[in-house]
Amino acid sequence: MCLAVPGRVLEVAESDGLRSGKVQFGGIVRNVRLDFVPEAGAGDYVMVHVGFAISRVDEEEARRTYEILQTMGALTEELGPNEDAI
Amino acid sequence: MKYLDEYRDRAIARALAAEIASVVIHPWVLMEICGGQTHTIMRYGLDELLPRGIELVHGPGCPVCVTPLDTVDRAIALAKRPDVILVSYGDMLRVPGSHSDLLRAKAMGADVRVAYSPTEALKIARSNPERNVVFLAIGFETTAPANAMAAWEAKHEGLANFTMLVSHVLVPPAIRALLASPNNRIQGFIAPGHVCTIAGYREYEDLCREFKVPMVVGGFEPVDLLEAILMLVKRLEAGEAVVENQYARSVTYRGNLSAQRIVNEVFEVGDQKWRGIGEIARSGLQFRKEYIRYDANYVFNLDLISAEEPAECMSALVLQGLQKPTDCAAFGTRCTPESPLGAAMVSGEGACAAYYRYRRHKEFQ
Repeated sequence: MCLAVPGRVLEVAESDGLRSGKVQFGGIVRNVRLDFVPEAGAGDYVMVHVGFAISRVDEEEARRTYEILQTMGALTEELGPNEDAI
Repeated sequence: MKYLDEYRDRAIARALAAEIASVVIHPWVLMEICGGQTHTIMRYGLDELLPRGIELVHGPGCPVCVTPLDTVDRAIALAKRPDVILVSYGDMLRVPGSHSDLLRAKAMGADVRVAYSPTEALKIARSNPERNVVFLAIGFETTAPANAMAAWEAKHEGLANFTMLVSHVLVPPAIRALLASPNNRIQGFIAPGHVCTIAGYREYEDLCREFKVPMVVGGFEPVDLLEAILMLVKRLEAGEAVVENQYARSVTYRGNLSAQRIVNEVFEVGDQKWRGIGEIARSGLQFRKEYIRYDANYVFNLDLISAEEPAECMSALVLQGLQKPTDCAAFGTRCTPESPLGAAMVSGEGACAAYYRYRRHKEFQ
């Protein structure tokens, strides 16, 4: 139930005080409510749960974490792959 | 897909598992609260990547599993009324009530429809003005803003034929109940990333201080969970109880204030029954009196329907991390996803369903 999927905002529309937009998930585009992410605009990534964006993905944080993780991954790559595990 | 694939990277996952093995000295029992995280752990076999001393126990963070039996019975009773269209998230359809489930009611002619979003339930209400549309609105903090928005919109549109049967639970009171239990074995928590996306993690700091248990707000992908486990193990080995945020790409300290605002407009905190666990004080959300007209319990006078839980299902112990699904005599035999004894075998987030689906049932074949 609490799953949320990241998608990229393509365009934003507002009507009657409600905020929504087209969001792309891989090859699929869906209408998503953007009421809870007033800061998100076209080009931003948002996490979407039951048709509502619940956060704008902080790209800075994502990059920082991922870079640290990648450094770790690079170290084991050198130790050789283990196809049985993840 | 961006922000998914990179967090499923095998090399990084293996490096994290190796790092965990290198820092761990003592055995530790960790709980992931959220059923979505349980499924990632089972699906990718993360528990098997960990050193022997680290035990993961699975928490009560499955909204379908903890929706009270009487709420399911009430939904079925409503669905059977010819004037009602019962709209539900798909996961709830197979959840056993006392005598039946929504899918069986549908097969017998009840108008039960599945919605992915509360906005779809509103649409059904708008296009069926002569019918009463009841939305079975369950969830944790993550889903509360979307469900609250549906009630808010119905009120502002003056939608007269729309009500909601609500079962909304809150995570921090459940953690408190687990930690305060004399049977508690949990030494560290992976806090639920999407719940905290909405609610922030201030409340977890209070729990951490009170019970001296470290907590890491974790994401849902394999790399997220392994990193969260590494962060927890480091704190546990150092004897430090603090709250950290692994899932900073989505979670901020104060959470999503716009979402909190709509939840507070529509709902207030109240005592709440959890299936398998019982009542936990101030652990749920109920309609404020300004929104009582959208409460199906009130409109259809459902309070008289109450239910006793069946004795054979031991999901209460599973949800509290006291037993593993495979400890249950009925697991994989008298209880399967096709014919479940309890909700934990049904939901896409139930621990029993995760064990059954991803391999543990093989041990029983």
